Amino acid sequence: MTLSQDHKYSHRKKNLWAGILFGLGFVAFIDETIFHQLLHWHKFYDRSTTSAGLISDGLFHAFSWFATVGGLYLVADLMRRRAFWHKMFWGGKLLGGGGFQLYDGTIQHKLMRLHQIRYHVDILPYDLIWNITAVIMIIAGLLLIRSARNDSIRANGGETLAL
Amino acid sequence: MHYDQQHLPPALQILVGIIAFSGAIGYLILMIRTNRVRRLKHWPGRRLFFWLSGTLSAMLVFIGPFAEAAHHDFRIHMAGHLLLGMLAPLLIALSAPVTLLLRALPVPAARRLTKALRHPIARFYRNPVTASVLNIGGLWLLYATPLFQLMHHHLWLYLLIHVHVFAAGYLFTISMLYIDPAPHRCSYVFRTIVFICALAAHGILSKSIYADLLPGFPPDQVREGAMLMYYGGDLVDLVIIILLFHGWYRDTAPRHSYQKIESS
Repeated sequence: MTLSQDHKYSHRKKNLWAGILFGLGFVAFIDETIFHQLLHWHKFYDRSTTSAGLISDGLFHAFSWFATVGGLYLVADLMRRRAFWHKMFWGGKLLGGGGFQLYDGTIQHKLMRLHQIRYHVDILPYDLIWNITAVIMIIAGLLLIRSARNDSIRANGGETLAL
Repeated sequence: MHYDQQHLPPALQILVGIIAFSGAIGYLILMIRTNRVRRLKHWPGRRLFFWLSGTLSAMLVFIGPFAEAAHHDFRIHMAGHLLLGMLAPLLIALSAPVTLLLRALPVPAARRLTKALRHPIARFYRNPVTASVLNIGGLWLLYATPLFQLMHHHLWLYLLIHVHVFAAGYLFTISMLYIDPAPHRCSYVFRTIVFICALAAHGILSKSIYADLLPGFPPDQVREGAMLMYYGGDLVDLVIIILLFHGWYRDTAPRHSYQKIESS
């Protein structure tokens, strides 16, 4: 076992959280740039928004900035410790991004009626694609995380490690 | 909605100009004087730039055509608030005025100043929670109550609110970023949590203004102003977030270099 692997396996949680935070921030960023600003599909504000929706949107929007910047600084920290772990990071990224997209597509869009994906169209296909993509991302993320964990168990001589 | 108050009386505009000008000259003099002292480190020129651009952005809000237009147009009013309440405080905090003052003051006076900074009252105001409530809470009061309408009818109220917006913005910035000496420090985690709540409250207020606050103003102007508040606030706060996390990153640097271990 090389020393660099040792660093990486001793920073499992940090790699996972860097991915989750960055993934969440990244999806929120894509949502804002592509769907709000470029396509103008999403509305800044929809009259049907509940107050819970307004609060949830405010908190998630604020949190996504911190998650993006914080996730990247965690990556920088892992790099300087020679402990960056691509597989675990990508697993976390897909999980965080998919998790946020699913929350946005179900709770925020549908339950809190924040805004719809697009207006003046049949919304069902949009909702389906949105949320199915989210579920696929979550599943792929979980599989990657499991595989990364197995790698680390193997590298540690089959010893089970609490993640 | 009409405005009784066209703009700030010329005498007050001149006064604001004098304050800003003497501030700029004062900073420059202190910088040059302390740079002559050999035992002190050289004062970075970028801090002078921060100070000058900070004062300029604050001054813009009170003086000249920009100030006048802000009374007629909600979008420009909001742009002014971003300058006065967010950008100017950040730039001035980055110019580290307290550190410069401490360098320049004779030792007994500098001691008195640091003692004042350590005072419980200073501690109370510098707490991120207090600073956030004063900052964002003040904005809620301004836009969600008739205060905004009243402000345009009473000069003293106009001045009070604008001074508050700047002071609260500065307090908020220095409660998050410790550029000048900060005797009572809060942890990065605590500052981050409070900051998220403050930014969220700012965003929620922007969308509330967009939705239905400030009736009586041209709706398109109010909506555009609210969006400016939302995205402009994001932009300035993003800079503060990066600086905050950069400090965190620096403070948690590993004690030994990993490169050395691997090559040995």
